[in-house]
Formats: sequence, C-alpha cells, structure tokens
Amino acid sequence: MNKADRWIHQKQLIQLISAHFKEVTRQPAVIFWGIIFPILMALGLGIAFTRQPDIVRHVAVIEENADKSAEIAENEKTESLIDHFLETHASKTAGSDGRPPQYKITLTDEKLGNTTFIFTKTDWRHAMVRLKRGNIGIIMDEKNGRIQYHFDPSNTDAHFSYLKLSKIFNPNSAPYEVTSDQETPDQKSVSVRPLTVPGTRYIDFLVPGLMAMGIMMSCMWGMSYGMIDKRAKKLLRRMVATPMKKSYFLISLMTVRIAMNLIECTLLFFVAWLVFNITIQGSVAGLLAIFLAGNIAFGGIAIFISCRTDNTEIGNGLVNAVVMPMMVLSGVFFSYHNFPDWSIPFIQKLPLTLLTDGLRSIFIEGAGFAGVMFPTAVLLSIGICFFSVGLRFFRWH
Amino acid sequence: MKNEPVIDVRNVHKSFKNVYAVKGIDFKIFKGQSVALLGPNGAGKTTLMEMIEGIQKPDTGDIFINGRKWKGNERDLHRIIGLSLQETRFIDRLTVTETLKLFAAFYELGQARVDEITRIIGLDEKTRSYVVNLSGGQRQRLALGIALLNNPQILLLDEPTTGLDPNARREIWSILGSLKKHSQTSLVLTTHYMEEAERLCERIIIIDKGQILKQGTLAQLVEENNGDKVIEFAIEESGTAIHRQRLESEFQIVWDDNGDKGFITLSRIENQLPEFLNVLNRNNLRLRHLECRRKTLDDVFTSMTGRRLSE
Repeated sequence: MNKADRWIHQKQLIQLISAHFKEVTRQPAVIFWGIIFPILMALGLGIAFTRQPDIVRHVAVIEENADKSAEIAENEKTESLIDHFLETHASKTAGSDGRPPQYKITLTDEKLGNTTFIFTKTDWRHAMVRLKRGNIGIIMDEKNGRIQYHFDPSNTDAHFSYLKLSKIFNPNSAPYEVTSDQETPDQKSVSVRPLTVPGTRYIDFLVPGLMAMGIMMSCMWGMSYGMIDKRAKKLLRRMVATPMKKSYFLISLMTVRIAMNLIECTLLFFVAWLVFNITIQGSVAGLLAIFLAGNIAFGGIAIFISCRTDNTEIGNGLVNAVVMPMMVLSGVFFSYHNFPDWSIPFIQKLPLTLLTDGLRSIFIEGAGFAGVMFPTAVLLSIGICFFSVGLRFFRWH
Repeated sequence: MKNEPVIDVRNVHKSFKNVYAVKGIDFKIFKGQSVALLGPNGAGKTTLMEMIEGIQKPDTGDIFINGRKWKGNERDLHRIIGLSLQETRFIDRLTVTETLKLFAAFYELGQARVDEITRIIGLDEKTRSYVVNLSGGQRQRLALGIALLNNPQILLLDEPTTGLDPNARREIWSILGSLKKHSQTSLVLTTHYMEEAERLCERIIIIDKGQILKQGTLAQLVEENNGDKVIEFAIEESGTAIHRQRLESEFQIVWDDNGDKGFITLSRIENQLPEFLNVLNRNNLRLRHLECRRKTLDDVFTSMTGRRLSE
C-alpha cells in the first residue's frame, strides 16, 4: 500500500469515527444515561452505604413466670438478673394497649455506629413466632441464675447481637460504654479500632464495579443497538455498496465506545475522588490496559450477538441474556463470595468478573501492571475471538 | 467495445422461502441508456435490482456488469456503481454535509465534490440540517446525491420517488433529467409510476410476477396492437352477461377486475367512437362514464393482466 492509499484509508476511518461520535454525542439522553447517571448512582450508593446507620436489633426476653400469677412469682423468686439489669440500665417505655413494656439500651460508638437493643418481655411461644418471622434474631432467658442466649448459629447477625449482649450483661469480661440513665456497672472501656484506611470502605469497592458495569452496558447496548438499528434502516446495506472497508466500520464503532467509556470512567473517578477521596493505589498503566481489554471484550461480544438480527427487540433479548447473569453474578455491587463455593471458579471466569476484579485489584489492592496481565490477556482474547467470529458472520444486507 | 452491454442479465431466477420472485429474466443495457423496470408492487423489481446491485445472488443465471461478475470484483464494481435503495435512512443526527462527507470518504472524494453534489441536489440551504429534520423529498434527494457522488457509470435507483408528493417527485425527475443530458451514465430505475418511466427512460421493461411482460420504447409499447387511443367506459347494469356479450361481439373489450369498467383500444378514435355509441344505442345500453384518451403504460399493463400498475 503506498502512502496515498494509506491516507485514503485513514480518511475513511476518521470519517467513520467522526460520524459515529457525532451520532452518539448529539443525543442529549446519551450524555445523561451514559455519564451522569453512573455518577449519581455512585454518589447515592456511596453515601447510603458508607455512613453507618444506627443498628436496631430486637431481643425477646422470656418471662419464666409469665403464666403464673404475680403472687406466686413474688414468693418463688427474687427479681431475675435480666430484669434487674434492664430496670437499672435501660430506659423503659410502657407498653400501650396491654402490650408488655419495652426496654431500650443504646450503645454509642462514633466509629462503628450506634447499636440499639430493644428488649421485649414475652413467652416462649410468642418469641418463637417472632424469631421465625425474622422480627427478632435472639432470645434471652435465665436458668439457675445464668443468662442463656438462644439463636441460630448460622445467623451472623444474631451472632453479632449475642457478642454485644453478652458483653453488656457480663461486664467483667469486656464492657462497652452503655448509655442509659444510670451509670454502667463498670466504666472500664475497651477501645475499638475500626479499619477506616482508604480501600476498605464500600465506595472503594463500588466505584471499580460501577466502572466495569458501565463499560459492559455501554458496549453491549450502545454498539448492539447501533448496529441493529443501522441494519434495520438499510444503512449498513447502503454503506457496503460503496468501497468502504467493512472492518473499519466496526473498528470505528468500537473506537467511539472506548472514547465515551473513557470519559465516563474518568468523570466517575473524578467525582468519587472529590466526594469520597477514593484513590488509585496500583499501576495506572495497568488500569489503562485492563480498561482497554474490557472494552474490546465487550465490544467483541456486542458485535457477535448483533451480527445477524435486524430486529431491535431480538437484540434487546440477546443483550439482556448476556448482561443480566453477569450483573447478578459478577459482584458489581456486592461480593460474589456469598455465592456457593462450587460456583465461584465459574463466576471468576465471566468477562465482567475478570474486569471488575482487575479494576478493583488496581484501585484498592494496589496491584501493579503485572498483576492485571492475566485478566487483561483473557479479556483481549475474548474480545478478539468474538470480534472475528462476529465479523465472519456479520449480515450487512 | 461499443456493443458490449454495461449490464447483462441472463436467465436469472431467484426464489425466497415462500416466494418465487424472479422467474427467468433476460435483458441487456448499453452505455448511456436509461431503462425503467416498471411493474406493480411485488412484481420482483426490487429483487432483480438487488441482484444487479450485488446484494442478492441469483439462484441460477448470471449477471455481468461491464462484462464482469460480482464475485471477486466487488470493490471495483462498487466504484463504478451509484445506487439508491428503496427507503434508506441515514444517521439521524448527522447533517447533510456530514453525511455526504462520510460517503465521499468511502470513494476517496473531497469537499469539492461534496459541495458540487449539494448544488446538484439543491440542498444548498440545508447543509447544516440534521438528516432527521429533512422532508421525505429532501431525504430522497440526499440519497440520490450519495448515489451520484462517485460520478457512477451505472446508476441504479430503486423506486426513487415512491411515497413522495408530486412536487418532490418532479424535483427528482429534473435532477435525473439534467444528469442524462450531461453525462454518459447508464440508468436503471424501478418504478410503479408509468409517468416516471415515460419521462426518464427511453426503454421500458414491464415486469409482472417475476417475468418480463413486454419491453421496448414508450412508442413501441403503446402503439403495438390496435392503436394508441383508449376508450374507458362504464355502463349501467354492466354486470349482466348479455350486455357484455353484445358489446364484445363488436369490440375487443378488456374488463377490469371488478367487471364494471371496460377498456377499448383503438387507433382511429374519430371513426370508432361514433360506432361504439351506436352499438350502445342499438342495445339500449346507457353510459354511466365515458373517457377517451391517449393510451398509457398503465393501459398496456391492464390490457395484458387485467390489473392496474398502481394496485
């Protein structure tokens, strides 16, 4: 190819890129949904999950003698340990309409957030019903002068309540500060050091996830829809009736997507940096590499799934079929390690997981260029495979 | 070389799942000729056109463009062909100039050609308008402009004026008219408007149900058989068979599909019209409608198929 020819081909490519870029940016809605919406989402979720809300937990306290008459109870026993504690340390709210009174204890902690326990006296039958309904996580009662805690050991939340409660009721081990009208039995307080270094907050986890999701969504919806629409309009058919190079058409589509995604991710990072002070702890070159590879992977998949149909509704279905499982599984919003162990190796091989994990490793784990080489290479190969197959079967007419 | 056709269609057949669209069509088109493929909707015109454009492949038969087949010659042939498809839509939010520039880049052409085309298609004042905001006629002119960008040797237009109002249609015709005057471009267009075929093309190929019904110049088509004039009439109580028989014994009548309108083709209207009226009188038939006019392509089509082109 001589110099003039090369210039001519570049001119084709430049014109195609320019046309596609204008097509995308001249839709005001694209700017909103593509760029502003992810930022709003990051802000919303970041604020919602980063500030610790007060934790409120309900506890049932079994009254042994609920069904015995008050007189007999008076005779049989002195006041129980729990009752005594609640009467002295908790604020009591009288139950209205014949309901039993409630006792409230709030543990204040500026670092971890406040925890409030609300104790309700009840009998076993009611306590079990409330436990099954999930209204309460833990039941307390007393036998032979010892406090017993009843809860499902696999329920981590109940575990949490148990640990806190056992410390209040057994102050000698490691008491918390207890705020109530009275003083705590033991003022000796143990200092708690929560982890608040950058990289451990939810927003640090979320932003790379949002970026990965944004790249996937923008490639899948933007490119697929654009191609299917042009096919339905017969514009593809018109274009290939000229000496246009076919691969240039697809390359220009991808180039525009990558540029848009770069703008989107940069803005998202900038806002997250301003508001939440998030940082890139690892290699910026590595970040760029995996970003590009992610774009190419999803661009290739988009070309592959939209290589035949000229119906945008079928296109919607195809895009959803690819996007939805990964949205759920790939740990964009919450860690995928909550899924069963057998599924983890499979989940980790999904393109969105590769991209999300790769981005996170750079943002919060401080991975270097070498650290993301593997996912980058895999994403690139995925992209190139789907691109080639898609181009091979691409229906221009 | 002069006798080598620019387009040579040889016994081409094409069928789709349920439709046998083209059933053995043959024709040749020579340099500088303008040919109309005229036929009603569903006649197979577009399929034929798409095979000439290289978009579809014939099941059997061959198509040669400048003596070459499409296979293996796509890039070269694309350079010498300009085409407009039935209803192409371009990128909505690209301006007229940007759209032309994009396509110009495919042909390695620059701004000068874009400006020239803008003038030719009369969109000088619309260069900065988004394509989505153009009227149907303007959009069609843009499509024509794109077809003309590369100064094509062969121009293939699939229903260039379908759906346009008469004014917009005339604008397209005048662009094509002046193109014919000033260039050696061979033009093939499909249409179901006989007026378009009459105005723009010296040769007309009438197609129906995937086959060529008839072809020739306008004069040849119209004057063939018994003359170039037509009486179109309707009589009261025309439905009865007896009336028809009485008339048909004297004149060659083609009835339309509903059976309430008749057509008589004749050459000497001044003698034959009084005769026709006499026959009616003698048979006590009264006219509800009578029209005498020059024969049109529509009449030719109707006389051969019993249907009208625009159906």
